[in-house]
Amino acid sequence: MNIAHYVKAKSLEEAWQLNQKRSAVILGGGCWLRMSPRRRVATAIDLMDLGLDEIRETEEAFYIGAMVPLRQLEISESLETYTQGAMKEALRHIVGTQFRNMATVGGSIWGRFGFSDVLTLFLALDAEADLYKGGRIPLSLFAEKTADTDILKGIYLPKKKRRTAYASLRLNATDFPVLACAVSRTADSVSCSVGARPMRAQVRCLPVGTGMTGEEAERAAREVADSLSFEDNMRASRIYRHDMAMVLCRRLLLQTAGEGD
Amino acid sequence: MRIQYWLNGKMESDEILPGQMLYELLRKKGCYSVKCGCETTACGLCTVWLEEKPVLSCAVLAARIDRKHVMTLEGLQDEAQEFARYMGQEGSDQCGFCNPGFVMNVLAMARELDNPGEEEIKEYLAGNLCRCTGYISHMRALKRYLTEKGKGMRL
Repeated sequence: MNIAHYVKAKSLEEAWQLNQKRSAVILGGGCWLRMSPRRRVATAIDLMDLGLDEIRETEEAFYIGAMVPLRQLEISESLETYTQGAMKEALRHIVGTQFRNMATVGGSIWGRFGFSDVLTLFLALDAEADLYKGGRIPLSLFAEKTADTDILKGIYLPKKKRRTAYASLRLNATDFPVLACAVSRTADSVSCSVGARPMRAQVRCLPVGTGMTGEEAERAAREVADSLSFEDNMRASRIYRHDMAMVLCRRLLLQTAGEGD
Repeated sequence: MRIQYWLNGKMESDEILPGQMLYELLRKKGCYSVKCGCETTACGLCTVWLEEKPVLSCAVLAARIDRKHVMTLEGLQDEAQEFARYMGQEGSDQCGFCNPGFVMNVLAMARELDNPGEEEIKEYLAGNLCRCTGYISHMRALKRYLTEKGKGMRL
């Protein structure tokens, strides 16, 4: 890696000041920096000493610090219970245990990667991005913005009575998903998020309540898939992705149908 | 820049470059079990423990181990040799290139998971690639190791 200076930030303000220069980089897990060895980084800013590596739970919400490793999310019992296992399902396919011990929530979300399982799930859960200067904004809004020089402090996950499920389609274990889908249902609406299209995930909200027949699920899944754009890449065609989005959405809509607990 | 850290239980202090990766530093320190295979965080060959958790040293900046504990295969010789015997007996050592990273992850798994099932084991070790064996012999070695060590395994 071609890094001229490495700074362990002592405060978010220091990190933010340093990050205003174009050649500065905030370090997440660092997993993707390795992929661009010729990139020149004037200042690598490390947030590891700022206490952003904790999952905090209150009556109203979870707060997940930007430096929380994906593995910590995966093995969190409270998040597993809250998401009925969807959190673990979304994370367990990502590369390997060692990678997930390094990759951070902040890195995954800030990167707004098209293949991101993490972004796909959090979008369906109505999460909010907590930015140092920008404050808390809906993750769906954050995902559409281009990266700027603010700093992602963490993810705010409001607690609601909901049922959630996650599924992804992969050609090989540990590979990027061909398609990723998350569905989260409250008493009066359902959020369907589809990622790896292969563009970054987008969420669609449908005004449906608990319970759903097979036909209703089929119709809702088609509505979601038809409202999204898909593209070809080396893993799958646009048409295949569209059709698989309908299949995964339908399955998850039926899986989450019923009383929330 | 100067960092202080514990390598295999011993305090060390080194001058490093800001962009130096952990595996480069570890090999300079004589830990030749640590190898860089894929350079894309995909193969698991460079696995070491950072604060007792398995990580890929090809993607960790050496600067990030300041005031932290790093463990390599050299620091786990007795345990590593014990598991490697099972690998040898079951024919999963083969060319041996991937073994150091695999053994480091197996030993981490044995500490982290209680009584794991076969699917849990496969999932935990999915980040370690082996192009010789097809993993069947690895699983035989693991089953024997966990069972005979009394660590348990759901069969």
